[in-house]
Amino acid sequence: MNSKQSGRRGFLKSAALASLAVGAERPASAQGVTDTTAPGAQPGTHAHGQLAPHAAPAGRGVTRTITHTTYYTPLADSVGIITPASLHFMQSHSRLPDIDPATYSFVIHGLVERPLAFTMDDLKRLPSVSKIRFLECLGNTGPRRHVSQGKNSTPVTVQYTHGIMSCNEWGGVPLSVLLKEVGVKKEASWLVAEGSDGSKYTYCIPLTKAMDDCMVAYLQNGEPLRQEQGFPARLFVPGFGANHSVKWLRRLMITDEPYLTWDQSVHHAAARVDLGNKSRWFNFVWPPKSVITRPSAGLKLNAPGYYEITGLAWSGWGKVQKVDISVDGGKSWKEAKLQDPILPMAHTRFNFDWTWNGEEAVIMSRCTDDRDEVQPTLAELNRYWGRSEKDRLEPISNTHYWNAIQPWKIAKDGSITDVLFA
Amino acid sequence: MCYSLRFLVPLILLATPGVGLAQRAYSNIGKTPSQEEIQSLGVIVDPSGKNLPAGKGTAKEGAEIYAKQCSACHGKSGEGGVADRLVMGSPGNPHRGPFTDQDRHPVSFFAYSTTVWDYINRAMPANRGGSLKPDEVYAVVAYLLYMNGIIQETDVMDAQSLPKVRMPNRDGFVPANPVWPPNPKKPSWY
Repeated sequence: MNSKQSGRRGFLKSAALASLAVGAERPASAQGVTDTTAPGAQPGTHAHGQLAPHAAPAGRGVTRTITHTTYYTPLADSVGIITPASLHFMQSHSRLPDIDPATYSFVIHGLVERPLAFTMDDLKRLPSVSKIRFLECLGNTGPRRHVSQGKNSTPVTVQYTHGIMSCNEWGGVPLSVLLKEVGVKKEASWLVAEGSDGSKYTYCIPLTKAMDDCMVAYLQNGEPLRQEQGFPARLFVPGFGANHSVKWLRRLMITDEPYLTWDQSVHHAAARVDLGNKSRWFNFVWPPKSVITRPSAGLKLNAPGYYEITGLAWSGWGKVQKVDISVDGGKSWKEAKLQDPILPMAHTRFNFDWTWNGEEAVIMSRCTDDRDEVQPTLAELNRYWGRSEKDRLEPISNTHYWNAIQPWKIAKDGSITDVLFA
Repeated sequence: MCYSLRFLVPLILLATPGVGLAQRAYSNIGKTPSQEEIQSLGVIVDPSGKNLPAGKGTAKEGAEIYAKQCSACHGKSGEGGVADRLVMGSPGNPHRGPFTDQDRHPVSFFAYSTTVWDYINRAMPANRGGSLKPDEVYAVVAYLLYMNGIIQETDVMDAQSLPKVRMPNRDGFVPANPVWPPNPKKPSWY
């Protein structure tokens, strides 16, 4: 408590110093002369980071139940691949912890030569790395997302069907550096990661993955993590369902078996008719997937003519190899242009020139990743998982890691709707 | 665990800091936590329950705790409310499947009884996780196992008896042993 108070006093003190420093840099203002060429030309009226006066703020989207609070990224608004940190999606099952980084530390223990606790200062001294990678909730795009949700009757738009997904530049310490410091024992094979949120959210990661390309992240697009992204430090597990990237990291316990925690082995297990009604657990990688973000459901084409079709493609296995576009409901396909950068386990932006002739059209995208795995249609996914046609809005079988091709229908009046289940 | 001394002694030497094995690359970064500090993080229970703490409880004791701490969200008898349904089947009559995508939360679905204990101990009641004492957790777990038809009302749950409870859906998960990396011959989802 004491250190928290002194931390706040420290902040006030440095804020006061900072404002003095600004005054010192602006002698002209003090004499009543306004420097109109300086950034933030009207001191006192423009805040660092403020939007232009006539710019509409981004369309935030939220649904809340007692067990799930979800923020949806407004995908239709963007070009490129980076989600602003303020618009990153969140899925949380309990209260967000408020952690003071000055007193924060997390512990690595279990099957190690020497357990260690790392503070934020420790993390920032160690070798750093940054990677542009997507994060996608394993429930993104499932059947329930294709109907209006919650008390506020959210619209069925790409924000709500596909928006539990974002792509950021994550910065931190490679997990392998930390694991080498504690000296993982030979018999170790798994890592149990625990967060300090209200439910002590816990997930297990195979040690081979942990040593390969994971990190303990403390930066998001060059800023400290947002509170809802695990401030001050989180695990980041690229390519896997975002559920593995445990936020508000409290400890990493090294073990010789996966622990069957509720979050992973119960809540995220998925019933499968094709597996004799058994449930698939320990699902890891997001398979290849893509979606047209514009034009998309909820938008409107005002008149026939040119429209760019643009969207995102990604795969938890690696890079996107190609994206095909159909504008005739899947009868014929043409390859889209992929925009640089094309990074592994990251969103890849695709673009496609299109002239709408004013007739009804169904547009869709199909991702092929660098392992030659192809994004399936709904019919293929149903066949794959033994799902039946009636198994839609009250699903009896799996809806996790849903990567079906997403069709949008453009009506003659230019209005656009989601026709995945139509 | 019958390693010969000949084998064990070099291992102990290797495990001693500063003797053999990889040295730390970054000295003085990170602090060695005391045993008390590690213990204060609390236990995460492993599937076999070998690290379950001392304590015990029965369904009868658990019913009282459930009524006070759990029923407001999960319903009077675990039938569900604003939060998930916890009971499928009934005393003496366990539900053995199939479980649909909607049936993932009742205790009948869990593969291991130890997972029930671990989750209630660390996460429940919502946003007051860790507030129940071990005896109370054993009692609530006993009550839920009883209501799901998995144990008898008078069975005492403790560190020895709980891991021996065979869950009806124990074999309902694929793959039986989680593996990484997955079989490369199979597509992402199999």
